Amino acid sequence: MSFLEVCDIHAGYGGADILKGVSLSLREGEIGVIAGPNGAGKSTTLKAVFGLLHVSKGAILLDGNDITNRRPQELVRAGMSFVPQEKNVFPSLTVLENLEMGAFVRRDDYGHMIERIFDFFPPLREKAHQPAGELSGGQRQMVAMGRALMTEPRLLLLDEPTAGLSPKYMSEIFEHVVAVNRSGVTVLMVEQNARQALAIAHRGFILASGRNRHTGTGAELLADPEVARSFLGG
Amino acid sequence: MNEIVFFINKVLVAGLVTGSIYAMGAVGVTLVFAILRFAHFAHGDLMTLGAFIAFALTAAFPHAGAIFGLPTAFVMLPAAMALTALLAIWIDGRFYRPLRERGAKPVVLVMASVGVTLMIQGLLRLFAGTGTRSMFIAERKDIFRIELPFELARRKIVITEPQILVILFAVVAAISLHWFLTRTRTGKAMRAMSDNPDLARLSGIDTQQVVRTTWIIAGSLAAAAGTLLSLDVALKPDMSFNILLPIFAAAIVGGVGQPYGAIAGGFLVGFAEVLSVFNWAILLRPFRPLLDGVVELPTHLAFVPTEYKLTVPFVILVAVLVWRPTGIFRGKVI
Repeated sequence: MSFLEVCDIHAGYGGADILKGVSLSLREGEIGVIAGPNGAGKSTTLKAVFGLLHVSKGAILLDGNDITNRRPQELVRAGMSFVPQEKNVFPSLTVLENLEMGAFVRRDDYGHMIERIFDFFPPLREKAHQPAGELSGGQRQMVAMGRALMTEPRLLLLDEPTAGLSPKYMSEIFEHVVAVNRSGVTVLMVEQNARQALAIAHRGFILASGRNRHTGTGAELLADPEVARSFLGG
Repeated sequence: MNEIVFFINKVLVAGLVTGSIYAMGAVGVTLVFAILRFAHFAHGDLMTLGAFIAFALTAAFPHAGAIFGLPTAFVMLPAAMALTALLAIWIDGRFYRPLRERGAKPVVLVMASVGVTLMIQGLLRLFAGTGTRSMFIAERKDIFRIELPFELARRKIVITEPQILVILFAVVAAISLHWFLTRTRTGKAMRAMSDNPDLARLSGIDTQQVVRTTWIIAGSLAAAAGTLLSLDVALKPDMSFNILLPIFAAAIVGGVGQPYGAIAGGFLVGFAEVLSVFNWAILLRPFRPLLDGVVELPTHLAFVPTEYKLTVPFVILVAVLVWRPTGIFRGKVI
């Protein structure tokens, strides 16, 4: 049975629906990648899954439970974490405080988790007491992912984690995503750099105009000549 | 020497007292802005309200202070702070939260707070009249005259018990606030929500709890500032109108949303006020023999007459908005 099941959802920001029937399903431990042209509804899908906008039709199931239109706070407690594309750190808080805020819902001792995140993202250890706003773009992305991992989520949602990063940092972030996934976290991410992202994906979903266009394993989609022609730039 | 003692009495002590009061008010204004993103115009009235609660408690137990050897109103301060904090939460729930939940623009909330101002002022006048009252009911204000160990200084440093309490209280409040914001889970959550409210929400931070905490801090500091000011001077129902402008000036000078900036801004505005009404002719007095025949020293030489003291924060406010709208500590631009 699938871990995350999105069934034919319709959603928007109050006006006309941007999503006009998007479905996806992900098994536990997989990486899912949502790709597609601008305005296809990729980020909107992710936000709808995390309860950030109203789903007017369809259903979202997490591990068999209906989580459609649940509030983000409840979803964090249910084992989900979301890393927005922009403004994804608290700039005046130190790196360490950013991680502590990620663990806000935890009332237990989460010291080991901070250690694990520093092991995961070594540059953060030495910058632990620096305000996150002073870090480079790539390091800020690490803080953002670290913050989201503090709850030890079962499902991590990443909205364009490589947006605005240099190619060097980009592959580093992809490596981190794979490493996070190997540690047992299911990942659903939206990516502009579809080719690189599909290369690490177990499941790929290509959207266009608010609907599913192609679905398959990452390798299948990369090998599909039509996908390559229309969405991967030849 | 006597002139320097006069300067200490009129500028150092007065500036520290005024600055402490402004700082405590400005911290509340700045925190409310940081968390709820609107200028809370009823803040001066939270101060008056807190002072009246302290006064009512003092009237009810006029001899309670004698037990501790402190002014009764000061002993009643914790209770007045707690009650004002509760009232602040109640006012938020009644008047501001319904607007927030409907997605009202900040300016609508500002107008609502003007409404709350008028309401509180009306209620206070209705129940307590318009007269000036002394916070000392069954006791007298202690005045300390400290003699200086210098031959030349015949004047004494004069400081009243309320003035000492104001300064000490402000120091303790500032240290506690710093500790709270940097060491506690809720304090850090407050800073996080000030930084990025959306991210705070989707990190699972309990934003309702942060809003409540903000009102508790703002309300209790307002009550403390109002009560201590009334202890130092007198309790007047129109206190809020006179104090609102300097407090907003202090919050904006310090950088809106920056609590440490608000403290610095409070002292800056406080000292600017006392320095501009200070009679500088007195400091020039020792030089009179030198200046004789050159210029005649006036007996009174101040930048601003005392009655126009309120123009000082106004000028500072305009100057900051023109030259450095983000304030000293780089706050949010309104």
